[in-house]
Amino acid sequence: MGFVESEMMSTEAVAAPGAWARFFDGDVWHSFRNSPMAMIAATVALACVFCALFAGVIAPHNPFDLATLELSDSMLPPAWMQGGQSKYVLGTDEQGRDVLSALMFGARISLLIGGASVVASVLLGVSLGLLAGYAGGRIDAFIMRVCDVMLSFPSILIALLIAGVGRALFPQAHDSLAFGVLILAIALPGWVQYARTVRGSTMVERNKEYVQAARVVGVSPLRIMRKHVLPNVLGPVLVLATTHVATAIQTEATLSFLGVGVSPTSPSLGTFINEGNKQLFSGAWWLVIFPGSMLLLIALSMNLFGDWLRDALNPRLR
Amino acid sequence: MTPLLEVSHLRVEFPTRRATLVALDDVSFNIAPGEILGVVGESGAGKSLTGAAIIGLLDPPGRVVAGEIRFDGRRIDNLPYDEMRKVRGRQIGAIFQDPLTSLNPLYTVGRQLIETIQAHLPVNAAQARQRAIKLLQETGIPAAEARIGQYPHQFSGGMRQRVVIALALAAEPRLIVADEPTTALDVSIQAQIISLLKRLCKEHGAAVMLVTHDMGVIAETCDRVAVMYAGRIVEIGPVHDVIHSPAHPYTVGLMGSIPAMDEDRERLLQIDGAMPRLNAIPSGCAFNPRCPRVFARCRSERPDLLPAGATRAACWLHDAQAKVAA
Amino acid sequence: MSSVMARPLVEVTDLEKTFDVSAPWLNRVVERKPRQFVHAVDGVSFSIERGKTLALVGESGCGKSTVARLLVGLYAPTRGTVRFDGVDTSKTFKSGAAQALRRRMQMIFQDPYASLNPRWKVADIVGEPLREHGLAGTGPTDSAGDLTAKVVVLLQSVGLSAADVEKFPHQFSGGQRQRISIARALATQPDFLVCDEPTSALDVSVQAQVLNIMKDLQRKQGLTYLFISHNLAVVRHVSDQVGVMYLGRLVEVADKAELFARPRHPYTRMLLDAIPDIHMSGRARTPVQGEVPNPLMPPSGCSFHPRCPHANDRCKVERPAQLRFGGALIACHAVEEGRI
Repeated sequence: MGFVESEMMSTEAVAAPGAWARFFDGDVWHSFRNSPMAMIAATVALACVFCALFAGVIAPHNPFDLATLELSDSMLPPAWMQGGQSKYVLGTDEQGRDVLSALMFGARISLLIGGASVVASVLLGVSLGLLAGYAGGRIDAFIMRVCDVMLSFPSILIALLIAGVGRALFPQAHDSLAFGVLILAIALPGWVQYARTVRGSTMVERNKEYVQAARVVGVSPLRIMRKHVLPNVLGPVLVLATTHVATAIQTEATLSFLGVGVSPTSPSLGTFINEGNKQLFSGAWWLVIFPGSMLLLIALSMNLFGDWLRDALNPRLR
Repeated sequence: MTPLLEVSHLRVEFPTRRATLVALDDVSFNIAPGEILGVVGESGAGKSLTGAAIIGLLDPPGRVVAGEIRFDGRRIDNLPYDEMRKVRGRQIGAIFQDPLTSLNPLYTVGRQLIETIQAHLPVNAAQARQRAIKLLQETGIPAAEARIGQYPHQFSGGMRQRVVIALALAAEPRLIVADEPTTALDVSIQAQIISLLKRLCKEHGAAVMLVTHDMGVIAETCDRVAVMYAGRIVEIGPVHDVIHSPAHPYTVGLMGSIPAMDEDRERLLQIDGAMPRLNAIPSGCAFNPRCPRVFARCRSERPDLLPAGATRAACWLHDAQAKVAA
Repeated sequence: MSSVMARPLVEVTDLEKTFDVSAPWLNRVVERKPRQFVHAVDGVSFSIERGKTLALVGESGCGKSTVARLLVGLYAPTRGTVRFDGVDTSKTFKSGAAQALRRRMQMIFQDPYASLNPRWKVADIVGEPLREHGLAGTGPTDSAGDLTAKVVVLLQSVGLSAADVEKFPHQFSGGQRQRISIARALATQPDFLVCDEPTSALDVSVQAQVLNIMKDLQRKQGLTYLFISHNLAVVRHVSDQVGVMYLGRLVEVADKAELFARPRHPYTRMLLDAIPDIHMSGRARTPVQGEVPNPLMPPSGCSFHPRCPHANDRCKVERPAQLRFGGALIACHAVEEGRI
């Protein structure tokens, strides 16, 4: 039974290539290499994440260690301006805290909260979307109505509501509880987009014959959703998540700016912007411009990366 | 007589990241005025691409890199877009596989017909409308005068394909390229559509290039047939001869693997293996790895279409000079 | 011969499946639209003997795919019964014995591109039924190698090689994917295979390979097939018995030789006439009329009467019953009255 075709179809390697090898050989990586925008955006985003992660090690000062602060060094402009010192490259605030170090620590908080809320959104949204798409009927209708209700509220309002209520209920709250409430506040408006996308994809996949084959074999619905449908609907989720990180960070910044975000003891970029804003008219522009630019940089690079990812993963454009 | 369509040494390539794929390799054939030529082959053989190249609708990055396509003596493969647009529709009509996507769902059937007629013929709106109604009647749509104002979704699949045929014939083209016109239809509708196509084309004097994978449709409709494999024509000749006395081993295998309606066989003849992918076409004759009658020459030299009885086959078995020498 | 041996493996009696295709509740209330139903399967009865192949043919909308899905439990019947080896399947699928029943019947689908999960390796795809039914690699004394070994054996039985276990579906051609589907279906060593147009999406030469494999496997393993198709030539090649469906009803069931030599129902005749003739025997053909009506508004009485050259007044009001004529079951007044 000389079946020549198997030989013709197999790759040159004797063993099938591993997952990394396949990725670097694939169209997505190649498109990445060919897109300067994507590479720059990814590099910037990674640099920001790196700074934030290793802030404790690479920041020139620790702005939260009260012992190292010198009030005499407060309100210094950036190093290249008159009156600035090279020790404090981007200047200091009214307590003598180095702006550059504060940026790194602040970015860490912002990214932590942004990242965590996106993860929470994804988990909630994907689960509900899978359930709605696969089960159909009343469950689907109910979940979609919940989505509709959530979408009719501006997300900031919901976040404000939850953060405000949280504060009122636990005024002396531990930091981590405050973080938790904040993450919840940002995650809650965000899950709807994932639920809808995943629901649509699930409804398409559910009717495909490999799902029917699994049902004929007798695989349980839960297992089908997890093992068969989920891997095939995650693509758009990835794209949404990258742009959502940017939005989540901005939302956190907004909430902190409004005073209902993180506590002042662990300030995020938003907190810095808020405080810096108060100093704006006294001429200390560096206290608000630099945190704002950092926020902009993170959000922009994530958005650009997400844009590229969406086009790269779209089979029709390839 | 000058052939209506002359395709000479056509070569179509698709440059991709890894390699340049040759989708059509040195394809040559003619169509006489009023003749129905069938182009048959399996998926990936290049038959749809041939039709697309002729109409000038090759999907980029595919492009014609060599050869000529002449329509009525005039070269059309290198025409600028606007010139080709005039040729398309007026001289060459097209029928595609899926009637659902061939018609614009937002416009009435009548409007699409009238638009096509007025784009290519010097008639006024009233005359165009009369022509449109007459065309719909010819294609067997009942109550044409009433239905001309309906939208495509109000027609069934078979009816839609009739409208598509009317649309293709609207500007009185001399050649119609039909790409799998009946594949998406039920068996009983298929029979109606192919007999309609055959009759109308004879009445309007249009030649047809019928691209399909269904040998039965070819047998019923065509005068001559070209068999394609891996981007090449492997056999071409009158329909009766190609079907009943095929000269190329691939055609023999193809005919043998079709289950027959009139006899019982325990096993169908099968050709081991599969058509090579475009990035792995063998040297010499593309069919040589699967051919039951392969010999040394087949692996190194690619055969041209050689005369073999009533047909022409691209196979060294029919090399008259070699036979004389042997 | 005991009565158990003579009992057909599959017995279907008066099977019905109705789908509710009404507009959503809000639209119905506001626009005053009525509820709408499609009788996809409208009272179908047939049986399949062990080791034989019954083919169901018909055009789009005739309900043959729905019948296939009813038999394997993807849909539950609205009315009627399906008996597998004497056991009522719709009750069993809801009970604890469902897995045991599923092990004995499997399905092969039409689209080779959609019937394999694109993200799974072949080893997992073919191994899934083995895992689900605890047949390999899951017990305390089994190793993972057991499962792979069994998968390799299955792949080799359909003409693929051991190297294919690590590959993904997109690395295979349509015909090869269909063979992987067959390997998956055979993993649990079923008695009964439902094949829903398994070769319709394949090229002719690939179709020949797959049909040959299916016939070989049937002979070696004593499989029983329900083979759905719209291609009468293929049906002629593979089947022992043929059932012709139209708008949810079985109009003719007969042994293959009988059906092709002496088709009696007007629709069967029309179908046979409509097939493009590769050998151009130039036989006289009855011209084909009309199209399959909208399943939402089927004609009254015998649903074929608008297209039938032999329809009379009785055909317009009274639905014909399935009656036995010789070895065949025909539902036609004209045949019953001896008019044709």
